[in-house]
Amino acid sequence: MSRIKNTFNRLKKKNETALIPYIMAGDPDIATTKQFIVAMEKAGCDIIELGAPFSDPLADGPTIQKAALRSLQHHTSIKDVLGLVAEVRKVSKIPLIIMTYYNLIFHYGEDRFVNDAAAAGLDGIILPDLPPEEAGALIALAKKAGLDTIFLLAPTSTDDRIKAVSKVSQGFIYYVSLTGVTGSHLGLQQAAIKDSLSRIKAQTDKPISVGFGIATADQAAQVAGSGADGVIVGSALVKVIEENSGSPDLVAKAAAFVKALKQGVLTAAR
Amino acid sequence: MTMPDKKGHFGIYGGKFAPETLMPALEELEKAYLAAKKDKAFQGELDYYFKEFIGRPTPLYFAKRLTDHLGGAKIYLKREDLCHTGAHKINNSLAQVLLAKRMGKTRVVAETGAGQHGVATATAAAMFGLDCEVYMGTDDVARQSLNVFRMKLLGTIVRPVDSGSKTLKDAINEAMRDWITNVANTHYVLGTVYGPHPFPMMVRDFQSVIGREAKNQVMKLEGRLPDCLVACVGGGSNAMGLFHEFIDDPSVKMYGIEAGGLGIERGKHAARFAGGSLGVLQGCKTFVLQDDEGQIEMTHSVSAGLDYAAVGPEHALYHDTGRIEYTYAIDEEAMEAFDLLSRLEGIIPALESAHAVAYCLKLAPTLDMDKVIICNLSGRGDKDVMQVAKIKGVEL
Repeated sequence: MSRIKNTFNRLKKKNETALIPYIMAGDPDIATTKQFIVAMEKAGCDIIELGAPFSDPLADGPTIQKAALRSLQHHTSIKDVLGLVAEVRKVSKIPLIIMTYYNLIFHYGEDRFVNDAAAAGLDGIILPDLPPEEAGALIALAKKAGLDTIFLLAPTSTDDRIKAVSKVSQGFIYYVSLTGVTGSHLGLQQAAIKDSLSRIKAQTDKPISVGFGIATADQAAQVAGSGADGVIVGSALVKVIEENSGSPDLVAKAAAFVKALKQGVLTAAR
Repeated sequence: MTMPDKKGHFGIYGGKFAPETLMPALEELEKAYLAAKKDKAFQGELDYYFKEFIGRPTPLYFAKRLTDHLGGAKIYLKREDLCHTGAHKINNSLAQVLLAKRMGKTRVVAETGAGQHGVATATAAAMFGLDCEVYMGTDDVARQSLNVFRMKLLGTIVRPVDSGSKTLKDAINEAMRDWITNVANTHYVLGTVYGPHPFPMMVRDFQSVIGREAKNQVMKLEGRLPDCLVACVGGGSNAMGLFHEFIDDPSVKMYGIEAGGLGIERGKHAARFAGGSLGVLQGCKTFVLQDDEGQIEMTHSVSAGLDYAAVGPEHALYHDTGRIEYTYAIDEEAMEAFDLLSRLEGIIPALESAHAVAYCLKLAPTLDMDKVIICNLSGRGDKDVMQVAKIKGVEL
């Protein structure tokens, strides 16, 4: 069983929601990203998403766009991010997921990527611009290598799409909480999220993690309280990193934010 | 063989590489488009506006002085520059806005490079009473200030995009982000034969009026099919619009002219078939200018409308099959053609179209005088006058 599945199973027994922070690999640099991972695990997060920077991140808002640009200034590549995963694997078993755009994986070579990713100890991959319709080859290769391919659902997804996406998504299903890009400040629609989650849960018993626009411990708690199995926080954390870049407390501050988010998730009434 | 297949693939190219939020909208769009295509009322309305609002059919004009000057094949210009708003872009914009209205959308967004697609969409939105916002790279805003003001006059909000290369590619990213956010009431009027299915197919169909007219016109004028078609290729909508009707006529050679910019060196051009490789960008699989890691490269062209890192997927297919030959003209050649056409024919071409003219200057003298070339004059050069003056060092 995959590390991601294990994690959700373990948390489910405790009736606990997973906290899944997202950070941009290579922002400010790869060595610091490794420190973030170690510190965030200690702070209580359950799974970590690592952004691999792409020049044209069309599903991302300004905060993550800027982080990608910072990371690309020193040419962070897929190879670098897989190298980072291998380094982390020497000291930690926390599930790691790469979130990036399809062209980087396509260009790297799907076959080569899943093999190198599995060898490095990566657990999953999220590609927001690769819907299941175009992912046949990658799904088959990833399955063989034991890599979870995580697909997304959105408020606009039809019942047919919910069925199709739920079927192929491995590890968990990523539910996009709003129609918008990452880091949107549209205000959380707790009732709508709750409705959507029950609509999806009617079709699948796979874990569902909710992301996009969740910025505070309170919001994390609300989403956990809506029945999410995992809560994903990206832009808000990337912003903490941006604002404290260069400070000696950078890693501590990021970890403190993650700790607060996890506290929020834990206090949620489920 | 009908292209694309049901999933929007042109051979190995094309497809639907879009975020989940947009997938239902793309399915809805495809359904609405296919229904409208079969609906005589919609087609009748479209024909009406094409004729009465755009001014179609556009002339197929024999460029006698240019032909005499070159001493080779006869050159006909398909005068898309005479369309209302000054370029072929309005064919697609008007049709998509009409479709959006039929779908019950109240707002449209668009990207623009040279500003022609932005102006066309702003125009159609004004005429049909829809709200409109246009995204445009800040570099393009600077070099196409006239078109920016035109859009504002038409009641459109112009949003400058300061990310990435600050040109067309970044405007598309931002327009897509807007569409992701406002998909419930908004249609994205994509301006070329690009993006996720059904856009490459739909935009091709809307633009193929160019080739249908040209075929009728050349049959009347010459009593036969042309020998060669020439068009510039940015995303590739004016070229596909002209070529599509002739694809199954094997005697007709076709040339797509990309922007060679300052020459084929990384970051200095936009000739995807000369310097690109297979990739996935902004919704489809095609030839893309990218580096060794798959990051999208900067591009350069004197013409904002050709300054883009990828090319329409159907072009990629015809590149591989050899049905269309692709080559490029560099900035300097386009500028020479711009001057020559202005002086010989009294027609100031858009800098984009000047790339096609530049290739005609090379091609015509190599052909016998009884051969016939149709060059798509996709737009007029009024919008480029300020920039050309700047390049020539003339203060206005």
